[in-house]
Amino acid sequence: MLRRVLVAAVAASSLAALAAGCGDTKDDKSGGSGGSGGSGGKTLTVFAAASLTETFTRLGKDFEGTRPGLKVRFNFGGSSTLAQQITQGAPADVFAAASGTTMKTVSDAGDAAGQPTVFAKNRLVIAVPKGDPAKVHALADLAAPKLKVVLCAEQVPCGAAAKQALAAAHLTVKPVSQEQDVKAVLTKVRLGEADAGLVYRTDAKAAAGQVEGIEFPESAKAINSYPIAALTKAPQSALAREFVQYVLSQQGRAALSAAGFESP
Amino acid sequence: MTASANRVRLDGSGRPDGPGLDARLVVRRPRFDLDLVLTAAPGEVVALLGPNGAGKSTALRALAGLTTLADGHVRVDGRDLTNLPPDERGVGMVFQEYLLFPHLSALENVAFGPRAQGTGRREARRRAAEWLEHVGLAEHASARPRALSGGQAQRVALARALAVRPGLLLLDEPLSALDAHTRLEVRAALRRHLAGFAGAAVMVTHDPLDALTLADRLVVIEGGRLVQEGVPSEVARRPRTPYVARLVGLNLFRGRADGGTVALADGNLKIDAVTSLEGDVFLAFEPSAVALYRSRPDGSPRNLWKARVAAVESRGDRFRIRLDGTGPDASGPDGPRVSADVTAAAVADLGLAEGSPVWASVKATEVRVYPA
Amino acid sequence: MDRARGRPPLVLMLPALVGLVFLVLPLAGLFVRAPWGTLGTRLGQPQVLEALRLSLVSATIATALCLLFGVPLAWLLARVPFPGVRLVRALVTVPLVLPPVVGGVALLLVLGRRGLVGEWLDRAFGITLPFTTSGVVLAETFVAMPFLVISVEGALRAADARFEEAAATLGAGRWTVFRRVTLPMAAPGVLAGAVLCWSRALGEFGATITFAGNFPGRTQTMPLAVYLALETDPQAAIVLSLVLLAVSVAVLVGLRDRWTGAA
Repeated sequence: MLRRVLVAAVAASSLAALAAGCGDTKDDKSGGSGGSGGSGGKTLTVFAAASLTETFTRLGKDFEGTRPGLKVRFNFGGSSTLAQQITQGAPADVFAAASGTTMKTVSDAGDAAGQPTVFAKNRLVIAVPKGDPAKVHALADLAAPKLKVVLCAEQVPCGAAAKQALAAAHLTVKPVSQEQDVKAVLTKVRLGEADAGLVYRTDAKAAAGQVEGIEFPESAKAINSYPIAALTKAPQSALAREFVQYVLSQQGRAALSAAGFESP
Repeated sequence: MTASANRVRLDGSGRPDGPGLDARLVVRRPRFDLDLVLTAAPGEVVALLGPNGAGKSTALRALAGLTTLADGHVRVDGRDLTNLPPDERGVGMVFQEYLLFPHLSALENVAFGPRAQGTGRREARRRAAEWLEHVGLAEHASARPRALSGGQAQRVALARALAVRPGLLLLDEPLSALDAHTRLEVRAALRRHLAGFAGAAVMVTHDPLDALTLADRLVVIEGGRLVQEGVPSEVARRPRTPYVARLVGLNLFRGRADGGTVALADGNLKIDAVTSLEGDVFLAFEPSAVALYRSRPDGSPRNLWKARVAAVESRGDRFRIRLDGTGPDASGPDGPRVSADVTAAAVADLGLAEGSPVWASVKATEVRVYPA
Repeated sequence: MDRARGRPPLVLMLPALVGLVFLVLPLAGLFVRAPWGTLGTRLGQPQVLEALRLSLVSATIATALCLLFGVPLAWLLARVPFPGVRLVRALVTVPLVLPPVVGGVALLLVLGRRGLVGEWLDRAFGITLPFTTSGVVLAETFVAMPFLVISVEGALRAADARFEEAAATLGAGRWTVFRRVTLPMAAPGVLAGAVLCWSRALGEFGATITFAGNFPGRTQTMPLAVYLALETDPQAAIVLSLVLLAVSVAVLVGLRDRWTGAA
């Protein structure tokens, strides 16, 4: 009898824990609006493209500094993945994408509050391992048959940009791999598995010391725009608008340009 | 060295370099150390008897090379096997549960040994077929072990062990997995096959009937040591330990002989016998030699003592009565613990039940006395 | 239901049903959202067939490699007592808990063009493994082998070693014993392990994309194709997932009789 009670108690408590766990995550994502109250602690949730990781993390800290008690949470990832999560109802306040097309998915679904604003631009550079062992100097060098080149897959923004740049230069490059995101390209170059890859200038800059970034003129033909927008279903809509303004402000631009982004 | 103390040879077998088996097996075990000298002449069947945990199976495994010797040696037909792995010993073994390979047919099981020894596939199968025929299972050649009866499996296991033409054949409780009826048949068949086997054979058993009917010589071990050895009739007539006495169904006592009278070591009973000896002796008699009375019999026969019935067990058409001797306060001398076999009629006449007081006696002519 | 044994207790049935629904519902979602109308044309696309072929071939070769090296390894762990056997067993199971992506990076560090072994392979034989189908096979083997080793070792431990002793007394050396007794008797366990291993290899994503990269026809297996399709065309991803699902179910059902016979 005692044993049966114990079993029931254990089962009940684990169910309760499960339920509580679910509740917790939901509260987190909804930014604490659901009365997690106390000390005025609010949470702003920002979905941002992976290439913004370093810059936005800093901007988030600064933004928190101007508003005591505020917590900024980031979800960095591939822009298309993030856009899908938002249209599927993920509780986000702000979306910063690495391409106009991914932002368009969100605004077409009616999830962007107002017109998205381009806040930065990024261009491609050739990333080569430290010391440039394969002696790559220009985009045309990537067409050498023996060279191991990795690009982003065409389905992701950096791959689309690479395709555009190569087309503008009338070059046919046979990559050994089409990576799932720009960080993967960077990894392959950093480890020396690839002789060269096309990455964003900001990524090359962040990995300075491990890879070298080589600018090339054709990159002007494939410049990525980074649009940002507050979201219609934002649990913290006022804060969301303020954060967008902050990114567009002088401080925001300074941080972005320090990371290698260009002004819009 | 204990080994030399254990060395009892009743025949000329087991000379170093001679034919047959010559072994001294020393194996350290957590509960006991096995130290046993074992010999067997070619054609001789030695039964290794002993209570559970006496070291019988350990001895057999040591002979097969499945257990490492701490000391000693194993020689078969003059060939030193001591440091050889099991697969190079040429020792055939029939396991207690036969251990026929379940994924192979009866024929493939028997052909396994010859194949492993390098015989060609066809020749191995031909030999296996011969062996199966020899044990009367030709028509079961393609059967899987699980389709065979216990007796058939036993015969396949025997054929498999013999097919490697071993110099030494080992049998671990060869009949214990069989029911009583099958056992009778298989025992007879096994007896025939063992008679036809030219090498030495060692069989582990705890069944006295198997030992008495199949073996040429019995070796009894207890606690890893040899306690008695001899031809079956001798061991059965003159047990030297309580275990052997129980095995062969005799009442056994130690005592001190003074001419024709033996004073039992436990208690103060004196038993008269027809054999005249001096000194420490064993004294044995059959349970059927014990006569029971409700009251002190007239004429006061010799070897009479007062007892109490401890248990009554049915044994077919007879009853076995277990007797406790009563204490010194009883009118007779302090009696021994004895088994007595009586008829159903006697049980009824005497009103035997647990706790009944009885008088017991044994005729001097039925008592065997032999030196301890 | 046998009335005498009573109803199954709710405290077990409820979580059991929740668990079942949790496992089945996402699969049902795939079926509900699948673009059935365009399924035929989508399946006929060369990219899909290429990825499927590559997945099947590489998973099968990986399973063969796992058998070739994993079965002896399992035998060693189960049958040969050596110092440090527990440590070795723990090491063997590390890829089970290692995130596959980390496994892929580890493979790059060892077998990559500048890796500890890879550099030598490149210099001495001109062999580079990353970005090749061989790389895919290696990544899958690395991730899937522990499943085989654990499964086979379990089967060997459960097998009665006395049969091996019986074989030894019949004159069989250790190799013959292994080949003719140990392996046939552990066959159901080996088969179960191989199926598990193959399924794991078929679904491998992280180590593959990290070590072998992603190139259609050469290193883009089904899971990689699914992942990239998700970026732009979720419906295509659903179709690819269904294909993968159908193939694994077909194989598992095909082996079911032996599989359940082994259990």
